[in-house]
Parts: sequence; structure tokens; C-alpha cells
Amino acid sequence: MNNVSAVKENVQISVKKKSQIADIWKRLCRNKTAVLGLVIVILLVLVGILSPIIFDYETQVIKTDYSNTLQPPSAAHPFGTDELGRDILIRTLYATSTSLSIGVVTVIVALAIGLVLGSAAGYFGGKVDMIIMRIMDIFLAIPGTLLAICIVASLGNSIINLVIAQAVAATPKFARVVRGAVMTVRDSEYVEAARAIGAKDATIIFHDVLPNSLAPIIVQTTLEVASVILSIAGLSFIGLGIPAPMPEWGAMLSASRAYIRDYSYMCMFPGLAIMITILSLNLLGDGLRDALDPRLR
Amino acid sequence: MIKFIVKRLVALIPVLLGVTLLVFFILDLAPGDPAKTILGEQARPEDIAALREEMGLNDPFIVRYGRYMFDLVQGDLGTSYKTRDPVGEEVWARLPNTIVLALTSTAVAILLALPLGIIAAIKQNTLFDGISMFISLLGISMPVFWMGLLLILLFSVKLGWFPVAGADQGIKSLVLPSVALGFMHMAAIARTTRSSMLETIRQDYIRTVRAKGLPEHDIITDHALRNALIPTTTVIGLQIGQMLGGSVLTESVFAWPGIGRYMIQSIQGRDIPSVMGCIIVFAIGFALINLLVDLIYGFIDPRIKAQYR
Repeated sequence: MNNVSAVKENVQISVKKKSQIADIWKRLCRNKTAVLGLVIVILLVLVGILSPIIFDYETQVIKTDYSNTLQPPSAAHPFGTDELGRDILIRTLYATSTSLSIGVVTVIVALAIGLVLGSAAGYFGGKVDMIIMRIMDIFLAIPGTLLAICIVASLGNSIINLVIAQAVAATPKFARVVRGAVMTVRDSEYVEAARAIGAKDATIIFHDVLPNSLAPIIVQTTLEVASVILSIAGLSFIGLGIPAPMPEWGAMLSASRAYIRDYSYMCMFPGLAIMITILSLNLLGDGLRDALDPRLR
Repeated sequence: MIKFIVKRLVALIPVLLGVTLLVFFILDLAPGDPAKTILGEQARPEDIAALREEMGLNDPFIVRYGRYMFDLVQGDLGTSYKTRDPVGEEVWARLPNTIVLALTSTAVAILLALPLGIIAAIKQNTLFDGISMFISLLGISMPVFWMGLLLILLFSVKLGWFPVAGADQGIKSLVLPSVALGFMHMAAIARTTRSSMLETIRQDYIRTVRAKGLPEHDIITDHALRNALIPTTTVIGLQIGQMLGGSVLTESVFAWPGIGRYMIQSIQGRDIPSVMGCIIVFAIGFALINLLVDLIYGFIDPRIKAQYR
């Protein structure tokens, strides 16, 4: 008898969960711009995964070829070549994997720390909340880009330091969003019920509170990947980002400045790549916001 | 009102203490010996040791931080490792340029964003709406330094209307940097104006004034806009942090002689006190602007003003 009711409950739960995700998916699909964003993001991820497989880093991406410098776009080099004779198309495609992977890793780090800090602050309230959020406020009192510049300037520019810098700058934003989301469900009856049956705080937070506060966190995550990629490009543009000769859009644009008068094509494609990436992530993020919470429309 | 301002200014003190401590700590992690930076690699070890002692570099972190803060409250931002000049003077000389750029680009952003947002809301779901929202999406997605490069390419290199870089030609030099930075800033303002305008024009009191037979133009400007502008002001305030970051990049693209460019040059020269000074000035500026934005709410929204007392 017990078994039967347990099975019944399981079935019900799984059916309900599926229908909720299906619902969100349906709402997302109805939003044309969000679908466009999603399709572009998927394409970009494919480019990011495939280009390191297709192109050889040593011979095709970073190898200088002085007989081939500053060639305008042609059949052999559709985007032209740069001042060191490297194919701009290949470098632009390859940079997708650089930017996306650093963007995603950074956001995962920031999200993980932000989740712990934000849910602790929101769930426990009182002194814990005050101490955590006052510290976050100090981080937020410095504009994110400046904080990242400050960290990279101090530690020196390497990919690891770049991830640290961006993650430190992004963590308070996640902590704030998570805290807000947790506070809205903290006092709901099912959390009270969980507490009444003696569940541990950590269990309640990860099992009951967080799954119900996912919507704003997912949206923030998508938008934050965009903002981190933009910020990395900015840091690389001023020489504090990805170290040469690794291809990165901001660094490529920075190199194109010296040749803007006669070789203006150099500053077109990396810029377009950044714009398409940020645009698609923003479209997807906005679409997710509408799909996850229909009340916000 | 004055009580509110004083209260907010007092509340700023712990935040600024925290910010300076954080920045001081981060920059203290920088590898390399400042004494060696100043004297050069060939300097004798005893000279380096003497200079380290003279600069107080051997003291514990908290003593050095305390000394820095003691000087800071007296307006002294330390001495540049490179030029041996006071950092304060260098920053002070460049501050007006950064402020001018921030003001003009905010003006550009508001002048572009308000019409875009209002028209998009009034003509919701029409071609106008689509075009204005597309323009504002471009603003979000285009990196400010790429926008800057494209503006230079078109208006300086091809058309020759504006100088490529620098600030020697007065207003003419200011146009392109302001547009580049303002365009990025515009997007969020336009989107918020649109959504808050949409919300406002569906309110009951707007239906009432419409029923009274007021002309559509008066309804929008006198009744809807005033209320719709409250979230817009918030977003303008929220954007300021991003804009300060963006101004560093913009100053770098256009070789605009402001604090941002000075900071980048100082980073490249590993001139830590100058970098520190720039970031502190940015952080103080950011905090003060946020306070100012809070005060402006009061003028727009009497409900908020009532809370100030």
C-alpha cells in the first residue's frame, strides 16, 4: 500500500515537472526574438567547439606569415589578413571558443560563490545577512570593469587572473539576485513545512528554496555571460586581457587601430563577432525572463 | 532634506573605508619591488634597502594602509613611482576632462533615449516600436570601443569632420567620444522608458484625463511622462557605474586626456600609487553620483521626498 502511494506520488511529481518545463519551452518558442537568440547561441557554441578541432592552433591561428600581411578580403582570406599575415576569419572563429569558454567558466565560478553567499544571506537574515551584504556592497561600490582592471593590473594578465578578476566583479551581483530570490520564498509554507519535519538548513536551502528561486538566477546567468564576454573584450582592448598571440576579439580590434586608415576591414569582423554574441545572449536572456515568469510581461 | 543628505554622507564613510581597504589590498598583491621600479634594475641592493625603509615599505600592511588613509583624508593621493610627482595633481588636472565627457555623453544618451522610448511606447507593436527597440539593442550589444573605432573610421578618416583623437579641438574633439559612450548608455534608458511609459499610459488617471478630452500631446508630456520618468532616473543612476568603466575604454580609444587614460598608462608603467589614486577617485565619484541620483528622485517624485524628512 505504502509502495503504491509512493509510486503514485513519484509519477505525479514527474508529470508536473515535465509539464512546467514544457510550458516554459512553449512560451520561449512563441517568442521569435528569443528563438533567434537561442539559435545564434547554439551556432556560436558549435563554432566554439569545432574551431579548435578544425583549425590547427600553431600553423593556422598564431603563425605569422610576413609574405601575406594586410591582405584585403579575398577568396583565399574572406576576412583578409592582419598585420602579421594571419587569417582574420580563422582568428575570429577561433576566438569564439576563447571568449565563450572564459565567459562560461567565470560565470560558473561567480554563480557558485554567489549562490552560497546569497542564499545564506537571504535564508538566515539578521546578522549573517547584514555582514555578507555589507561586504558585497563594498565590492559593488566599485564599478565592475574598474574592479576587474584593478585586479588584473595587480596580478598581471593571464587567463587565470582574468577569470579571477571577472568572477570577483560578478559575484556580488549574483549574491544580490540570489538573496532577493531566496527571501521571496523563505517564508512560504512549504519551507515552513520542511523546517517543521526537522530538515537541516542546508537541505532546505538546496532542496526547497533554491529550486523555487531559479528563474531570476537563470536570467542573470545568461545576461552575465554576455557582460563578462564584453568585459573581457574591453580588457583585452586596453592590453589587460588575453595575452598575445592567442586570438581574442577585443585584442584583434586593438591591433586594428593602427591600420584603421588604410586597412579598415580589420576592425569590422571581430567587432561584428562581439556584437552578434552579446546580442544573441541578451535576446535569449530577455526571452527566458518572459518565459520563466509570465507575470513579468 | 539637509538632515537626509548629512545622514547619507555619514553612511558613505564606512563604504569608502571598505573600498579603499579593498583596493589597497588588491594592489598590494602586485608583484615587484616599488623601490626597484624607481631606482632601476641596476641599483645597488643597499640603495634599494634604504629607499624601502624611507618609503615605509617594510612596515606591516595595516600601518601602510593607515598612513595612506591619513594622507588621503588630507587630499594627498601619494607620489607617482614614475614621475615622483604627487598623484593628486595629475588626477586633479585630468578630472575636468573626465567629468565633461561623462556629462556630455549622459546628455547624448538621454536625448537619444527619451524620444526612442516614448515613441516606442506610444506606437507599441508598430514599425516605430520595432526600429527604436532594435537601435537600443544595438546600443547594448556594441562594445563602446568598437563603436568608437567605427565613428573614427566614418567621421574622421572618411569624412574628415572630426579629429581622430585628442582634445585639442575643443567641442569638435568632444563629439565622437560623447556619441560613442552615450550610445552605449542610451540603450538601457530607452528600454526602461518604454516599459515604464507603457505601464503609465494604462493607469486609470490617464484614462481620466483622456476622458476629459485633453489633447494627446498634453496627456503624454504633462501627465504620463512625469510619472514614467521615475524608473528612468533609477536606470540612469544604475548605469553610471558602467559608464565610468566605459569611459576608461572610450578615453583609451580617442586618446581623451582624462583619468581613465591616465590610469591605463599608469598600469602599463606599473605605477601603483597612480592606479590606486585613479580608482579611489572613480569610487568616490561613483558614490557621490549615486547620492545625487537619490536626491534627484525627490524632485521628480514627491512621495519619495516625503521619506527624506
